[in-house]
Amino acid sequence: MSRDNILYRVRTALGRSAGQAVDDAPPVRIRIPLVDREARIAGMIARVEALAGLACCAADPRAVVARAIAGKTAVASNAPYLSECGITSLPGVRSGITGLEELRSLCASCDVGITSADYALADTGTLVMLASPREARLVSLLPPAHIAVVPRERILTGLDELFSILPRPAEQTSSMVLITGPSRTADIEQILVRGVHGPGQISVVIV
Amino acid sequence: MSIEFDAKIHATLEDANLQLAIYTATGRLKEKRIEAVSSEALPDYQELRTQANAIKKHAIENLDHYLEEFERNVEARGGKVAYCKDATEVSDFVLSIAKERGSRLIVKSKSMTTEEVDLNERLEHHGLESVETDLGEYILQLAHEKPYHIVAPALHKTRYDVAGIFTNSLHVPTETVPEKQTAIARAVLRQKFLDADIGISGANFLVADSGAVVLVENEGNARLTTTAPKIHIAVAGIEKVIPRAQDLVTFLKLLARSATGQLLSVYTSFLAGPRRPGEVDGPDEFYVVLLDNGRTKLLPDRTKRQSLYCIRCGACLNTCPVYRKIGGHSFPWVYSGPIGAIITPQFMGVSHEPGLPFASSLCGACGEVCPVKIDIPRVLLELRSDVKKSEAREKQNRLERLAFRVYAWLMTHPRLYEMAGRIGASMAPDSEGGWIRNVPAPMNLPPVRAWLSQRDLPPSPNKSFREMWRQR
Repeated sequence: MSRDNILYRVRTALGRSAGQAVDDAPPVRIRIPLVDREARIAGMIARVEALAGLACCAADPRAVVARAIAGKTAVASNAPYLSECGITSLPGVRSGITGLEELRSLCASCDVGITSADYALADTGTLVMLASPREARLVSLLPPAHIAVVPRERILTGLDELFSILPRPAEQTSSMVLITGPSRTADIEQILVRGVHGPGQISVVIV
Repeated sequence: MSIEFDAKIHATLEDANLQLAIYTATGRLKEKRIEAVSSEALPDYQELRTQANAIKKHAIENLDHYLEEFERNVEARGGKVAYCKDATEVSDFVLSIAKERGSRLIVKSKSMTTEEVDLNERLEHHGLESVETDLGEYILQLAHEKPYHIVAPALHKTRYDVAGIFTNSLHVPTETVPEKQTAIARAVLRQKFLDADIGISGANFLVADSGAVVLVENEGNARLTTTAPKIHIAVAGIEKVIPRAQDLVTFLKLLARSATGQLLSVYTSFLAGPRRPGEVDGPDEFYVVLLDNGRTKLLPDRTKRQSLYCIRCGACLNTCPVYRKIGGHSFPWVYSGPIGAIITPQFMGVSHEPGLPFASSLCGACGEVCPVKIDIPRVLLELRSDVKKSEAREKQNRLERLAFRVYAWLMTHPRLYEMAGRIGASMAPDSEGGWIRNVPAPMNLPPVRAWLSQRDLPPSPNKSFREMWRQR
């Protein structure tokens, strides 16, 4: 069987024996800068805008989202935070979907997908999405536009802080996705085109 | 250098449009990288490189341990791991799953590892449709070409080339605006994503402590490949394993910056097993293929094994004065540029293309930009020495072959054979202890000495067998 054969070849080449203990791995390198909340919010907005996304701070996220989706069809994830903000009750928003086929066809036909985000990373303008019964993957993926509504306390400084909070993300979720700006390509003559397979527009509403 | 390698290089050098395309694209990527890793943009860049190198070194030195840990954790989360030794085993594995489920359509996201084993061709040979979904890779699949560059596969195609390819293969009206060309591909591929039964991805990292596959991309095709179909199969080289999820902090900061100058790629997916109870979407089945395909051959040599640290960012290609002239298709295998020049001879054997380790000015730029600090120039030198040793062996073998050919010819010409035998016997030296150990001056040539040093020659008899037979 190839498994044993390959592992045997690896061990022989390295001069190791089966089950032999390993030396300690180099210590993990995590450096979390001290950045106050206001600066993190400002950083997040600046980074998202640098990536041609929209970002704003809003006291009333419902009103902001209502303006953004006026006249459009939208599908919202099952994140409790979205219903707390009253976003799922906006006209034109479909929510509470628990069937795969319904979710697929809705996400493939709607103009906008609305989600929350588990975290955001200020220094790169990144949304961190952990898949769960509350956050399906396709909502931030199939529609041409993605709106994420994020409470300000979830904005972290960056990757270092994220992985110190979630040292093993697999314990929380089967899929953690970091989204940094709209889907893009430069595969034809290095010319930047947005919206290849994922959303070409991304908006972050910080509450 | 082989005639083929030489011819491809010359064809590239003589194509002015191609020269411009390579020079512009690599130049732009190179500039963006320099900006992204500058001391203002990333003050701890050098420490990150040192850390990345230390982690890779540790992971490779203890590879069996981390592979088994990875495997245990994938299986604990309901996924399965398949070790494959070569191209045939990978395609057989995918085919067996496709056959069991009655699947016909496969979507694929960009993966150099699957290029290495010609997976698409093998699957299509068995009647499956396997569609590349990265825009560049899709263009190349329609054009029946191999990637030109690890990161920018269709770097050599102009928008006019793309227009021709789309019109020919997709029967759409000619469209030369990249934005609209992208929309055409999006529409065709969107349907493929929704119809496909199996999604095949590569892996940028395999995380041992999590049993997770990490994918880094900009378009969203890898997310769709691993989300929309019911089955996700990730194909990865065994060297991709890193010990801990927290090590990603180091690698993710380096990878996108080195590849395209981005702080992070648009999508970084950390995938640990099939969807869990209550989740509405995500794959039902999750498989990881761990591919050897020659990698274990690189492990014994302490210097050369660092070739396996590579995270496929392509920075060494963009900065290499040789790659920037001779381009990607001159290289004899899927991996091009400096990293290709050190990987290919080790995977395929140095005699596959003996000119390859010499296709470098040894200027050292590749080693300087490598985010995991692979000492590419040093490995190139080692491989040059291997090529020379193998050529010397070849030469020695050639003389031996010539000697045997002369002998064979003599054997088929009895009279000449007898005459040669008599001459030989008359010249034969005295034996020492029953064996001939030395030959006299005119015959005492280095190859004869080398031959005799390993072999015992009996002294020549007074009469040959033929003479005895005649006198019987």
